[in-house]
Amino acid sequence: VKRFEITAQAIDLEAFRALLISQSCGACVQFEGWVRDHNEGQKVLRLEYEVYAPLAVKEGNRILDQAMERFGVENACAVHRSGLMELSEVAVLVGVSSPHRGAAFDACRYIIDQAKLRLPIWKKEHYESGEAEWVNCRHCYAAGDHHHIG
Amino acid sequence: MIKISVRYFAAFREATGIESETLETPAQTPAELFSECITLHGSLRSRTASLVAINDEMADWETPLNDGDEVLFFPPVAGG
Repeated sequence: VKRFEITAQAIDLEAFRALLISQSCGACVQFEGWVRDHNEGQKVLRLEYEVYAPLAVKEGNRILDQAMERFGVENACAVHRSGLMELSEVAVLVGVSSPHRGAAFDACRYIIDQAKLRLPIWKKEHYESGEAEWVNCRHCYAAGDHHHIG
Repeated sequence: MIKISVRYFAAFREATGIESETLETPAQTPAELFSECITLHGSLRSRTASLVAINDEMADWETPLNDGDEVLFFPPVAGG
């Protein structure tokens, strides 16, 4: 099974795990990315993901294909949330199953690392100070226009 | 001159204040096009660590542009 999804709904962990079950697999590795309450010294209250879904889905499937080919795992799935999220919610879920654990660990790590680098997804953090900022983008716009962001 | 549709995402959209525009441009690559967009929009500054797509496929900053292309400017991504 190979499945990549973007969803605005809470991720169903049990249904996701069920996708990975296979009698020929002896190992399943899953990674959950959670919404954390701090970043770079600022207290984060909630966050918001903007996703360009047409390309995120295409590129996400490509990453899963590459992981399956490279590590020989049998099943590889991933789900990423879009929209507004509260603390401790699951923002991203990656799961891999394979006959043996080594390939499953490696493929899972590969998928989450590539997803962070390649998917057209942006994170805006809302801070306790009342400000909000796009992560990694401080250099993208002129400082004087900072008040537009938020 | 070629006609290009440009779409801005996330921080780029908020910096320019628009989601998209159509430009008649001499630009031959996304890199040249982005420089032109910086001169059009004062608050747009740098494409460092940013990505670009053409017609819904990931592309390179030096990929040649063709008349009618839709160019998507993606500020630094932060999924996960």
